[in-house]
Amino acid sequence: MQGNIACAEGALAAGCRFFGGYPITPSTEVAEHMAKMMPKVGGVFIQMEDEIASISSIIGASWTGVKAMTATSGPGFSLMMENIGYAAITETPIVIINVQRGGPSTGQPTMSAQGDMMQCRFGSHGDFSIIALTPSTVQEMYELTVKAFNLAEEFRCPVFLMSDETIGHMRERIEIPDSVDVVNRKELEKGKLPYETDADNPVPGFPTFGHGHRVHVTGLTHDARGYPDTTNHKTHSDLVRRLVGKVESKRHEIADYDIAGTDAEIVFLTYGPATRTVRQIMKDSPDLKIGHINLRIVWPFPENVLKEFPNAKVFIVPEMNMGQIGREVARHTPVKVVYLPKLGGDMHTPQDLMEAYDREKALIGGGN
Amino acid sequence: MTGNTEKENVSVDYFESGHRACGGCGPALAGKLIARAAGPNTIIVASTGCMEVFSTPYPETAWKTPWIHSLFQNAAAVASGVEASLKRQGRDEKVIVIAGDGATFDIGMLCISGMFERGHDVTYICYDNEAYMNTGIQRSGATPFDASTTTSPAGKLSNGNSRPKKDIPAILAAHGSPYVATTSIATPKDLMDKVKRALSIKGPCYIQVHAPCCTGWGFDGCKTMELGRLALNSGLWVNYEMVNGVVEKVKKVKRIPVDDYLKAQKRFRHLYRPQENKDEIAKIQAIADSNAQKYGIDIPVKK
Repeated sequence: MQGNIACAEGALAAGCRFFGGYPITPSTEVAEHMAKMMPKVGGVFIQMEDEIASISSIIGASWTGVKAMTATSGPGFSLMMENIGYAAITETPIVIINVQRGGPSTGQPTMSAQGDMMQCRFGSHGDFSIIALTPSTVQEMYELTVKAFNLAEEFRCPVFLMSDETIGHMRERIEIPDSVDVVNRKELEKGKLPYETDADNPVPGFPTFGHGHRVHVTGLTHDARGYPDTTNHKTHSDLVRRLVGKVESKRHEIADYDIAGTDAEIVFLTYGPATRTVRQIMKDSPDLKIGHINLRIVWPFPENVLKEFPNAKVFIVPEMNMGQIGREVARHTPVKVVYLPKLGGDMHTPQDLMEAYDREKALIGGGN
Repeated sequence: MTGNTEKENVSVDYFESGHRACGGCGPALAGKLIARAAGPNTIIVASTGCMEVFSTPYPETAWKTPWIHSLFQNAAAVASGVEASLKRQGRDEKVIVIAGDGATFDIGMLCISGMFERGHDVTYICYDNEAYMNTGIQRSGATPFDASTTTSPAGKLSNGNSRPKKDIPAILAAHGSPYVATTSIATPKDLMDKVKRALSIKGPCYIQVHAPCCTGWGFDGCKTMELGRLALNSGLWVNYEMVNGVVEKVKKVKRIPVDDYLKAQKRFRHLYRPQENKDEIAKIQAIADSNAQKYGIDIPVKK
């Protein structure tokens, strides 16, 4: 099965019943599969006139109580930025699939990249938090899409599946379970205000349109009633701190990664395709001491994982960008961080990683 | 091409062969005819789409005039900037936008509306192959009723695209455009005449060129012209000119049933297999009949 199709199937299994999208390479197969499948499951597929309209449509659909998703790539993702902030401040659960390609601008439409990793976190203006998942196999395209929907419902924020052309267009055998664990929307309790929260419950219940709530949804700074309160310092400060805090304070629970070789001095930190390359060199050279962190969730960044490697002398971060997550790693550790950018459209080869390993090994000196 | 002076320019073509379009590409022919009609004193603004991709495979280009591609949705806005700046400098180059139907009917609508409302002296030409072909045949606002595409797939629950084609010429005429025309690659002389006329008229002009796509519609590449003619003769495509909002010149035809046009293309195959879907075909015939009545295209039969 192709990665993009596995993603669409995962979305359907998670209960997605609304897809608003616009064709863009290399993500189009997600939309095409949804166009075919939605009528069969009683859902809605709409092709919108552009990506601004696509994300707007899923925000609208989400407020009617359904799970909604869109899929895109770089240029379309850039068009979605303003609405990502809108979804964050209105706490609208949506899932956005970004099958990344080479940028900036039209860039390399048919080639692979990971250049939007910072953009998904910080691309829209203002402070807020999001969750970003990074599959490295076709199986994970399925599983992490399911998980993306569950996290969107749990945290009421935009959730991104940050895939790339390599995994999106990869074909692998996958196992589709008979059923998956699904988190459904938590309706707002009667008698509570739409954005009423407390320290223990920073995510409010959802006041679905037409379910008897008095709902006022606005991108303006709003109070617990949902009404604009744009010049009150405290209202704005409380709201933004909650939007950031509801995700960031739970980052160690949200964290999803696997680790290997925790006693190693040289540790690779990867997400997406480079994960496959590290696994390959570990298989090829079982005698070498190689540490590996594979992140399935990059945002919020689970910095505690770095502490699992007490002997680490260097973290090597191979990315298909100029070092976007590497910079985040460096922010959280006194240990040396080596950026290993790969640009141009190809994933890292085992040779790329072995060269970096040997270079760092020589610098560290000593035995294995 | 070595020099760029008028004297050395022996060819009349400013869109050269050697591009990477499919054999029998309708839009490629449209590009050639547009560039030929416009001549050398022209700046072309392209949108994302087949034409952009196949005419400029790195490190080469088929264009002999200045050419810029920016994004998918903003060709009209880029052209607005080019034109306004040329005007201020007192220069006389002609500015032409060449964009596909997805870029025109859907994603670029906002920028087009702005360009026409502000009244820039730009000729906007849409090569209409009735779907997003560059990304693999997804429906657009220009896709005809009942055509099967990858995002309007025909099947048990669907007869294909459920909506009629958007009437962009009427929308742009409503903006006060002095000249709006439709034409087809099947009528090359008409196409070139309309480009020349649009360029001679001050203000924002619009031309929509019917450009059959053998890959997306599913027909043999040697039949592109024939498909264009069948569309005209069936009344599903009408060549007309609108001057200041009034339809002036219309190409008249001896009409044939829509069947001949539909049967020639795989995108309508589901209307004939496994059995003929007479109800749906009648709806398409009604669209042609309505076009014929609206534009008066029928040549009266002599008794």
